[in-house]
Amino acid sequence: MSVVALADAALRQRALAAAGAVADPEIPVLSIADLGVLRDARVTEDGGVEVDITPTYSGCPAMGMIAVQVEAALLAAGLPAPRVRLVLSPAWTTDWMSAEGRAKLRDYGIAPPAPRATRRGLFGLEEEVACPRCGSTATETLSEFGSTACKALRRCTACREPFDHFKCL
Amino acid sequence: MSGICDMTSILVAQDAPPLLLHVLRLADTALVLGHRLSEWTGRAPMLEEELALANAALDYIGQARSLYDYAARLDGRGRTEDDLAYLRDTPDWRCWLIAELPNGDFAHSVLRQFLVAAALQPYWRALAASRDATLAAIAAKAEKEAAYHLRHAGEWVIRLGDGTDESHRRMTEALEDLWPYTGEMFEADAVEAALVAEGVAPDPLALRPAWEAMVARVLAEATLDLPAPCAWMQSGGRRGVHTEHLGHLLAVMQHLPRSYPGAVW
Ligand SMILES: [Zn+2]
Repeated sequence: MSVVALADAALRQRALAAAGAVADPEIPVLSIADLGVLRDARVTEDGGVEVDITPTYSGCPAMGMIAVQVEAALLAAGLPAPRVRLVLSPAWTTDWMSAEGRAKLRDYGIAPPAPRATRRGLFGLEEEVACPRCGSTATETLSEFGSTACKALRRCTACREPFDHFKCL
Repeated sequence: MSGICDMTSILVAQDAPPLLLHVLRLADTALVLGHRLSEWTGRAPMLEEELALANAALDYIGQARSLYDYAARLDGRGRTEDDLAYLRDTPDWRCWLIAELPNGDFAHSVLRQFLVAAALQPYWRALAASRDATLAAIAAKAEKEAAYHLRHAGEWVIRLGDGTDESHRRMTEALEDLWPYTGEMFEADAVEAALVAEGVAPDPLALRPAWEAMVARVLAEATLDLPAPCAWMQSGGRRGVHTEHLGHLLAVMQHLPRSYPGAVW
């Protein structure tokens, strides 16, 4: 690798590290790297860094906030001329959520999505979701849509606690 | 008039390129339906449904934003997604009529959600294979959201149809009212024909059997009678010929940017 290419690779790594540490505004226990919202970074022709992020849902209201925070994090890390690019393809899936992210979610009281995104159709089988508090799988859906677009509301019939479930997508 | 921007309405010509017109049709339907759903905020029958309808509204508005953003780029005149959403008058809107109808009661609203999502989900799935990379990306995302809308609304149609006498009666009424507006979802004209030929968009007619099968199955489960084929279906939204309801919706939705041009917050 040339000296320039080496320097660019180092810049890219710094950009990914700085952007990846930004917390999700709605689930602050997760970073955007844990979520898989951070997709890539590159050094552009003008020598600036460009970071790609992708929305979880089309209408996710947190995207504007995330973009601003990523830009601020890149500036704070001393990266040159930072830019944030919103990419739609490939469409985000819960498969991109890291194992560490899933564990953090559970500790936070939110049941993580299934390891491989499955989808129940209108007449499909109900998925098995374990209660993040007591671990029981005797849980039921209260509402398909919870406090944010990415979560559903469930209830544990063992410990009786309601909890959020990060939906599979 | 210093400090006041030009408030003239903008127009997208009827003979604009097919891709732009098609993207606008999809965007207008998504935004108008998203706006209707947002009208439930503060008025839903229970908190869980309040959240569900607001979340679905956000999905539709998010899809509309991606589509308007693309339309603005295709338009290439420096007009933005906001200009397209807020500065066009009723005859320049191209949404399906079913999207602009007032919410009615909860039965009407969830039945509309079901009928529309059952048409949109297969549509987005097919569009995700479009030769147009931007449309394909928007569609792949929207398809996942439509699958959730379909499941949520379909379960309500079943619960209310196969519920009490009162809920069954309301579902039956909603079905009678909305059915004549379903034909428009499968219309195609020269705009779609051009895009179908280029592999950019699927033929809506080809997707109709999948919709019919889904609707028949859910209505049967809901103990609701499948309406007889209508001799005459409502039509016109995609050409800018609307019900009297759209103007009132736009008056509310566009009021702020029209009254305070360039307002930001
Ligand atoms: Zn429990």
